[in-house]
Amino acid sequence: MKTTNKNRTRNIILTALSFALVLGILAYLQGNRAQYSYAISILERSAIYAVVAVAMNLLNGFTGLFSLGQAGFMALGAYTVGILTIPVELRESVYYMNGISDVIKNLHAPFGAALIIAGLVAALVAALIGIPVLRLKSDYLAIATLGFAEIIRALIASPQLDRITNGSYGLNNIPKFPNIFYTFGIAALCILLIILVIHSSYGRAFKAIREDEIAAESMGINLFRHKELAFVISSFFTGVAGGMLAMFMQSIDSKTFQVSLTYDMLLIVVIGGIGSITGSVLGAFLVTAGREWLRFCDNPLTIGGVNIPLFRPGFRMVIFSILLMVVVLFYRKGLMGTNEFSWDGLFGLIKNIPGRFRRKRKGGAQ
Amino acid sequence: MLKINDLKVNYGGIEAVKGISFEVPEKSIVTLIGANGAGKSTTLRTIVGLKKPSAGTIMFLGDNIAGTDTSSIISKGITLVPEGRRVFADMSVIENIKIGGYLRTDSLEDDINWVYDLFPRLKERSWQMAGTLSGGEQQMLAVARALMSRPKLLMMDEPSLGLAPIIVQGIFDIIKEINKQGVTILLIEQNANMALHAADLAYVMETGHITMQGSGKELLADESIKAAYLGKKKN
Repeated sequence: MKTTNKNRTRNIILTALSFALVLGILAYLQGNRAQYSYAISILERSAIYAVVAVAMNLLNGFTGLFSLGQAGFMALGAYTVGILTIPVELRESVYYMNGISDVIKNLHAPFGAALIIAGLVAALVAALIGIPVLRLKSDYLAIATLGFAEIIRALIASPQLDRITNGSYGLNNIPKFPNIFYTFGIAALCILLIILVIHSSYGRAFKAIREDEIAAESMGINLFRHKELAFVISSFFTGVAGGMLAMFMQSIDSKTFQVSLTYDMLLIVVIGGIGSITGSVLGAFLVTAGREWLRFCDNPLTIGGVNIPLFRPGFRMVIFSILLMVVVLFYRKGLMGTNEFSWDGLFGLIKNIPGRFRRKRKGGAQ
Repeated sequence: MLKINDLKVNYGGIEAVKGISFEVPEKSIVTLIGANGAGKSTTLRTIVGLKKPSAGTIMFLGDNIAGTDTSSIISKGITLVPEGRRVFADMSVIENIKIGGYLRTDSLEDDINWVYDLFPRLKERSWQMAGTLSGGEQQMLAVARALMSRPKLLMMDEPSLGLAPIIVQGIFDIIKEINKQGVTILLIEQNANMALHAADLAYVMETGHITMQGSGKELLADESIKAAYLGKKKN
């Protein structure tokens, strides 16, 4: 679809307006932090998940590598940030059970540097894991990466690493982001960087590999090198997001990074649309917020003195799963498919709505 | 320009190409014809480095390129249009074309215009997803994509596969046109009639060996070729 000049000006204005609106809402929430702490925590978690989902989409949606190692790379990032940012004077109390290893005792970095190091640690491990694992295809790759994530989790919880990871006690007292602009700013920056990668010639090569490996190879694209590159970039941002999650939660342990976390991310990517960045972002906010919003289903519900029997703890996940099934049934390719959000697309959709109703009515009259 | 000497290629324990030698002179159209399983595709895949030979040499412009990797072979000036077109279905026509020039560092602009001049049909469909093109258009796109690496030698694996006769004629006209513009062509075909009419030089492959060679016209006139590939009875 070609955008006319007039529309382009309109689109720029709309984008600027919505950007200002988001900033305004964030500023308002930040100003009334105490009042909106619940909403803020949902939004922050959504933003962090959006980074992981977009990074996962780079692999699964754009390069066609079905990887399920996200929880493992997030754990690496989270523990790196935890170890580097817990205030030195509090460390004795954090590691009170096993004591702290001398190596990391005085190791400290400001959170910005810690996040980058977290990404680098995840990327380095990804590079090493990638050498054997990326020779596998589709389901086998998924199983191998899933296994790898579990190994990471088991290692973190193992008694041999007690003095570094604090074993099953986990890490706490991880400092929070100073304000919500940091969370959203860093998340937006990460997503922007991934978008730049996808729009570069490397991104085009990734898509070519997804479409047809043999043809891509015939074009001179080195399959292994490009897969490895996609894997490392994706893991870097997954690691950064893991670090952000650690700062958001303030206390982490190995159970935070179970396979179910990876499945949550996969869910977000699938709901949003495999191969759509805006879909992943949308999915992250919808899934995270939807799960919280449905919490009322967990409380006993009484209407007019009658106790509705199904409403009890755990019921919201039933509703949530049903909603997911509905979404998947009616939007086979996720909410966005492989499309990206655009103002032209949105206006086209709005313009079509009256037409759709008219057609329906005509059909009904016959 | 391309000189192959005693090339052998294995798949596991099976020898698909059993020591073939042939030559592709500069600026010519050369065709390899033969039945399924004769080793034609394997030969092309080996030349472009997708498959490693077990023995033999592949001399291209004086260098032995046997066993080197695909990207360096493409940079040297050989490109393969793979069998069955294999366009990138969920990418637009223009993206497909740009991928063809992936290894180049200079500007692609002139060559994009060049292939759009060769295939005006593709220019009209520049933003369409490649998967929505017709079979003939996809074949044009596969050729256009291959041309984007500015090959000196263009190899095509069964360009007529699954296309209507009139489209096949069009594809062969384009092949001749590209050849006139100075690109050497090595062509694999099952449609022996079409290929032999277009070719300056032809080789017949059977179960891993080259059994016959000659100019296109000579082979067209040959009785055993007529019987085996052109569907005419031996007298």
